[in-house]
Amino acid sequence: MADASVDLLNIVKSYGDQTVVNDVSLQLAGDLTTALVGESGSGKSTLLQIINGLVVPDSGRIKLNGEFLDYDNIAMLRRTMGYAVQGGGLFPHLTVEENVTLMARIEKWSTIEIADRYRYLLDLLELPLEFSSRYPHSLSGGQQQRVSLCRAMMLNPRLMLLDEPFSALDPITRATIHHEFIRLQAAESRSILLVTHDMAEAIKLAQYLVILKDGQIVQQGKLEDVSNAPANDYVKRLFQIRNEAYPND
Amino acid sequence: MIRALVFLLVCVLNHSVSGQEFAADVTTVPVQKPIVIGSKSFNEGRLLGEILAQRLELAGFTVTRKFGLAGTLIAFEALRGAEIDLYSEYTGTLSQVILKLEDKAPKIDEMNRLLAKDQLQMLGSFGFNNTYAISLKESQAIELGITKLSELKTHPQLRMAFSHEFLNREDGWPGLNKTYQIGGKPTGIEHALAYQAIDEGKTDITDAYSTDGDLARYHLAVLEDDKGYFPEYFAAPLVRSDLPVGAIEALGSLAGRMDDDRMRALNAEVVIEGKSFAEVAQKFLKDEGLGESTIAENELWQNLITNTITHLELTAIALTLGCLFGLSTGILVFRSQNISRVVVYIAGLLQTIPSLALLALMIPLFGIGKEPAIIALFLYSILPILRNTITALVTIDPVLKRVAEAIGLTRRQQLWHILLPLAMPNILAGVKTAAVISIGTATLAAFVGAGGLGEPIITGLNLNNTDLILQGAIPAACLAILVELLFEYLERLLVKPHMLQGQLPQ
Repeated sequence: MADASVDLLNIVKSYGDQTVVNDVSLQLAGDLTTALVGESGSGKSTLLQIINGLVVPDSGRIKLNGEFLDYDNIAMLRRTMGYAVQGGGLFPHLTVEENVTLMARIEKWSTIEIADRYRYLLDLLELPLEFSSRYPHSLSGGQQQRVSLCRAMMLNPRLMLLDEPFSALDPITRATIHHEFIRLQAAESRSILLVTHDMAEAIKLAQYLVILKDGQIVQQGKLEDVSNAPANDYVKRLFQIRNEAYPND
Repeated sequence: MIRALVFLLVCVLNHSVSGQEFAADVTTVPVQKPIVIGSKSFNEGRLLGEILAQRLELAGFTVTRKFGLAGTLIAFEALRGAEIDLYSEYTGTLSQVILKLEDKAPKIDEMNRLLAKDQLQMLGSFGFNNTYAISLKESQAIELGITKLSELKTHPQLRMAFSHEFLNREDGWPGLNKTYQIGGKPTGIEHALAYQAIDEGKTDITDAYSTDGDLARYHLAVLEDDKGYFPEYFAAPLVRSDLPVGAIEALGSLAGRMDDDRMRALNAEVVIEGKSFAEVAQKFLKDEGLGESTIAENELWQNLITNTITHLELTAIALTLGCLFGLSTGILVFRSQNISRVVVYIAGLLQTIPSLALLALMIPLFGIGKEPAIIALFLYSILPILRNTITALVTIDPVLKRVAEAIGLTRRQQLWHILLPLAMPNILAGVKTAAVISIGTATLAAFVGAGGLGEPIITGLNLNNTDLILQGAIPAACLAILVELLFEYLERLLVKPHMLQGQLPQ
């Protein structure tokens, strides 16, 4: 699969007096998983929503696969970017199958194509086929999150935007899903942008780190590089907290 | 609906059921353009309307009856707008309320000069003077020793309840109080309920019409108008001048045939003996040697079905319009909080207009009959539908809205696949509220000649006839229940059960 490239230059976004994203430039390319790490208010979620056009920046430019983001055609562009959020964001009036296949049906895929892809994804995330006709409220948090990942991957997007997808899960469920996520990366290589406040998760799942604080990038680089040479005390501290939480990892 | 239920309750509690049947408003098949006869909603107005109608039928004309119009202005505006061709009006009312003259003994010839520009004229009076009378219990009058209006001010303990029209007309309470210095604070009451209220000692004094059949029934005394305050109220047909000559001659032949006693006796036949308007009118015309008209058999079930169908028709059309307008407006504006607020505010303003007033406001625009009733019901149905639509769409979980957008649904697809289904339970609840309100309010449509289940209710109220009221109230209540059930079914059809219990995923 072709890689997606995201190119952000001098992005600024403010809400009232508060500057949420302050002059951020960032290039992502290749089938890497990039973690956008930061505490709440660091601007990481806003940055993600700037990429798929949910938030329009005050200034700066965004290029997707070498082209400026075309807001007139944004719905079509978003179909090339899988999206999943904390809690799953599943539509409560649709069954598991309807949730996952909604966009494929709108894109007028054939029934066979839909069925094949759907079964493959359910299998990949170890969801039983019997869930198909169930509604989200009858699933556990972890199951909902897996369905939500299936939905994000249904159209085979080149880029996946994941906004703290695992944050609401209990530690055991989270560990299991992390495991599946790694399997998923191996099965279908693609560019993944993972927003998380959890350094441990970032280290476990990502190959590239972007550390944000107060709307600015503190440090970015390959996981080993950042880990070996933290740019400042803040980054050092993030690694320390992670080590205190998971001393045996 | 509440109004109707209150009336119903009062009547059921206070009055024995009299076994009388409802006079059908017969509509014969038109041979040529039928002459449309209106009447105001009180008994004498209806009885005179029926006499006029049968007189014209005897003279070979086809007539359509639009009886039960609520109040002078509605009836007069309907006449001026050629919605009806004639109705029975009183000289005093015409002079004071319509022509705004000061004259207490108006001459028909003089008024006809003023009416000519509107192509209207008043024919010769029936002969009786049905002026306002202030009445109280005979026993109480004797006990207190009062016989004249000028003695009233020495008894400030007497409670007064006047009909709404009397309370506000210049020639009603305001002028009466000025002339006799009575003082006190009268309350408003529906005329048909006033006598009962006096009978039960809930109030002491009310306005009456001097030819009211009820005066004898409830043993009420009339206080003498010793300062000659009340103007003359001679009843006469008020007609459009373009009526066929033969029709005007036929109506003119009724002039001078009733004095006060005769009219009171005719009214009493309706109110006390429980005869139908048609029967009393038929007997009167026969006694006067004007011929014997045939009156249609009164079919209870036929009336019930006709009224129910009309009622459903009014409600269904209004509700469909309300849904189309409310839903589409809600969908158009919900994304802007400010516009939504303005729109809901305007719809709310409409709701605060009392239903009768709204119906009356529709008359100059849409005439009388079904149109004004449907438009008024439509306006009432907007608020619940619109407000629920907007609220439902606005309050959808913002995460779901964000996801719907982020996965690449276009605006229209978001609406169709996500937002509307999620808002559906709330929208349906709004439509249901609108439907129930419509069914209740549609009973008032009879006041503007639209028919429906309000027809027997209004007639029944005027006649103090519980049977008749129930003929309207019971089917109306059944319709309301039916609507509830229908919407429960619709809900089950359109909304997944877990969506109704508000069980959303964490």
